[in-house]
Amino acid sequence: MRKIYNRIEEIKGNVITVRAGGIKYGELAEITSAHGKSLAEVILLDGDKVSLQVFSGGRGISTGDEVRFLSRSMMVSFSDNLMGRIFDGSGNPRDNGPALEENLIEIGGPSVNPAMRIIPRNMIRTGIPMIDLFNSLVESQKLPIFSTSGEPYNELLARIAMQAEVDLIILGGCGLKYDDYLFFKEKLEEGGSLSRSIFFVHTASDPVVECLMVPDISLAVAEKFALNGKKVLVLISDMTNFADAMKEIAITMEQVPSNRGYPGDLYSQLASRYEKAVDFEGQGSITILAVTTMPGDDVTHPVPDNTGYITEGQFYLSNGRIEPFGSLSRLKQLVNDDTRDDHRSLMDGMIKLYASYKETLEKKSMGFRMSDWDDKLLKYGDLFENELMDLSVNIPLEKALDKGWEILADCFTPEETGMRTGLTDKYWPKQ
Amino acid sequence: MATTGKVVGVNGNLVSVEFEGDVLLNEVAYVVLQEKRLKSEVIRIKGKIADMQVFEIIKGVGIGDKVEFTGNMLSVALGPGLLRQIFDGLQNPLPQLAEKCGFFLDRGVYLDSISSEKKWELTPRAKTGDTVRRGDTLGTVPEGIFEHKVMVPFNLYSTYKVKSIADKGEYTVKQQIAELEDEDGNVIPVSMVFEWPVKKAVDVYKERLKPVDPMVSQIRIIDTLFPVALGGTYCIPGPFGAGKTVLQQLTSRYADVDIVIIAACGERAGEVVETLREFPELTDPKTGKSLMERTVIICNTSSMPVAAREASVYTAVTIAEYYRQMGLNVLLLADSTSRWAQAMREMSGRLEEIPGEEAFPAYLESVIATFYERAGIVENMDGSIGSVTIGGTVSPAGGNFEEPVTQATLKVVGAFHGLSRERSDARRYPAIHPLDSWSKYAGSVNADKADFARNALFRGDEVSQMMKVVGEEGTSNEDFIQYLKGEFLDSVYLQQNAFDKVDASTSKERQKYVFDKLLLIIMSNLALSDKDEARSFFNQLRQKFLDWNGSAMDTEEFRKTEAELMDMVTNKSSEPMSDLIERFEKKFAE
Repeated sequence: MRKIYNRIEEIKGNVITVRAGGIKYGELAEITSAHGKSLAEVILLDGDKVSLQVFSGGRGISTGDEVRFLSRSMMVSFSDNLMGRIFDGSGNPRDNGPALEENLIEIGGPSVNPAMRIIPRNMIRTGIPMIDLFNSLVESQKLPIFSTSGEPYNELLARIAMQAEVDLIILGGCGLKYDDYLFFKEKLEEGGSLSRSIFFVHTASDPVVECLMVPDISLAVAEKFALNGKKVLVLISDMTNFADAMKEIAITMEQVPSNRGYPGDLYSQLASRYEKAVDFEGQGSITILAVTTMPGDDVTHPVPDNTGYITEGQFYLSNGRIEPFGSLSRLKQLVNDDTRDDHRSLMDGMIKLYASYKETLEKKSMGFRMSDWDDKLLKYGDLFENELMDLSVNIPLEKALDKGWEILADCFTPEETGMRTGLTDKYWPKQ
Repeated sequence: MATTGKVVGVNGNLVSVEFEGDVLLNEVAYVVLQEKRLKSEVIRIKGKIADMQVFEIIKGVGIGDKVEFTGNMLSVALGPGLLRQIFDGLQNPLPQLAEKCGFFLDRGVYLDSISSEKKWELTPRAKTGDTVRRGDTLGTVPEGIFEHKVMVPFNLYSTYKVKSIADKGEYTVKQQIAELEDEDGNVIPVSMVFEWPVKKAVDVYKERLKPVDPMVSQIRIIDTLFPVALGGTYCIPGPFGAGKTVLQQLTSRYADVDIVIIAACGERAGEVVETLREFPELTDPKTGKSLMERTVIICNTSSMPVAAREASVYTAVTIAEYYRQMGLNVLLLADSTSRWAQAMREMSGRLEEIPGEEAFPAYLESVIATFYERAGIVENMDGSIGSVTIGGTVSPAGGNFEEPVTQATLKVVGAFHGLSRERSDARRYPAIHPLDSWSKYAGSVNADKADFARNALFRGDEVSQMMKVVGEEGTSNEDFIQYLKGEFLDSVYLQQNAFDKVDASTSKERQKYVFDKLLLIIMSNLALSDKDEARSFFNQLRQKFLDWNGSAMDTEEFRKTEAELMDMVTNKSSEPMSDLIERFEKKFAE
């Protein structure tokens, strides 16, 4: 039995209110207006007043439009047919392919029992030295990429999507510029990775409510694949747009804002998405990398701030590079022990030297005289930035480690590096 | 007859219910869906409408759904078998839940918090005819390394005669072990388990005492400079990545208490997993048994329903109070109280209450104060002394301590361990700021000595600030040595390597011993001619001291390193060692 209503009492932003009985919280409805059909979700019940957020937005909806309740909550189709496909935030195809209706699964399901989680133990290789060598990405980790607006974060995500050693990539686009969406599509097509990818893309011109659905829909699909034994990497760009969409709806619903207009449950909302990252013992896993642009380069802004408390470290993208100081993969200790015996020492040693380089740079800019040691450091810093930090560098971890030793040997004597003698004996390049 | 009602409104996890009959504030009720019953708590009553927070995912609840009230406030079950357990915020055992439901937390599944099958070896302590009151011991059962007292339920408020008591033997927690007869002749059967409402402090004691004795955490900066007393309270605010959780994990491992209750409240699941998986493998140095034997974990991580998060800290503190009644020292670690406060804020927003600062409810301060006030050291009815110590982390937005939760917490706690971003960025762990933090409790080392160390740090910091302006060249040798001494003190004593077997925990005795030697070095007058010599001397000294920190006390290596260390000082000292020691003893004479 489907219930149809023809009288919309209130239209406010993207939220409409109708009088109806027997409606459940979270139920979906279909609204037929002059501009086509749209889904809407119940977000408030007050007696017989039912408020729904309309996915395609409130614009152009008439008080006389038809609202048909579907007696089910938001679902998405799940099958291998999803591979290589592109959908919008409501799960409709964006790529002219057929709509998928079979095997519907619920989105926004319950969280994983903490007692069933395991300590992460597998590294995901990306071919990017600043990640593999200095801040290894770990299966089931959740990491944001903190970035200002102008940084090449989408380029970085695209490279990770192409190179990461996983079974499946799910790309969630929240408020992507249309150009960026096309960029992702082309890049992955070129790189031949589209066939192992699924896109759920909300572009900046799409209705804002669909933006809210993107993380949930992406993660629900990811979860199913993971339970079927797949290693899934979920890439989201950009979570700040998602938070802003939440803010928009909250303000429309006259909720009391907490910090800079964001709703009080921002932390819980973000956490319930990020916490979907998990390693199912004996099955697959979900790893999440999500771009979080920092408005005004301010890490204390509510979105990056709350994100930092939820995630297991962060990558800072600045000046086109992954910054070695602010960036941290909190799980790297769990994996960089069994890669190669010089991994940890080289990682620490090179960063310490790079820190000295930064100090020298400061001294130089203040006009102090440069000593021999300073000159060495300056040379080292240059090499390090160009041959390892640069985002275009694309080499596997072992090569990156060798490269690291080469750079050191180019600039210093073994004693000057502060590395253990055992390691320098073994790895120092022979002239 | 039980009260029932009907759902008339749903707003997020807040449900409005029209009810018939009487309803209690904080009463537990169930929203009945076709196949599931969702646990909820009444948080406001207005006329015939009760507003309830639902502890589960709310999807699918509709107008007209039936609601059943239970007549009881939100309670936890207290009895033997709580230790070693992992509960969610409502005392649902998570491993058992996993056995039943698999990977996910299915809603509406509630299991026994305490196994009703396991048998316990009861030794009766009370005799037929004894007069007993609530909290009196009826018998004991061994629970791991403790003797668990089976007490007269705290919710029996009059005086009773023991009418019958079970013989020594094995019983399950649900079996009757005694019959109590009150003054009017009513007979009340008693088992080993009873329930107590979580939001009411357990008040079965003779008197509350002043927290005096230090709780040794084996973390040097805490025990020496910012000590915590048994039965006291402390808070650890810090920005993300400053190491709050690591500090809590270290404390849960090494703190010298009987029982540790970990309330993981709205934080990452991954961190709890580390504790979950590692604790059973680790041995408690005090008992030689697994650390799990003394641990209860209450785990309501960030993606679990928010209302249950609000309840979780109360569940934890109630269990802590229960073990306190047995004369044990209990440490409750809540990580993080900010998430708990945020849960309150979410509900307050849904209730459309007038918001206070940053939209936190106006009652935030009093709720936080009431929670921390449940810590304390008490003399129980039987004369035993038990305590609950509460340590809560705070996650201030943007790392700014001016925000409401940090400020409200600072008002009520006895010690403040503020973590700083600069220290954690410089990898100076634990990143407790030595100049900003404070404690109102007496520590295990002499207060004068601690003050002296604090002054040295303060002086060192002053010089370092000055040096930023005038450069090293413009600093006098004497000041420069002051600066080096401050840095030295910081790096060899305040910083502690959590990953080193020996250095990770420093016993009270060792702290006293090492601290004396350290102060000697700080007090010494060193003959160092220029800054380079001073710097290299202190570098060597630091290296030696760190080696010393890494060697176990009472070993040959320890004594040898100590001798070498003191030799280094003697060689550079401008006075004989004996004079220095005399000066030291005179200064700190009682």
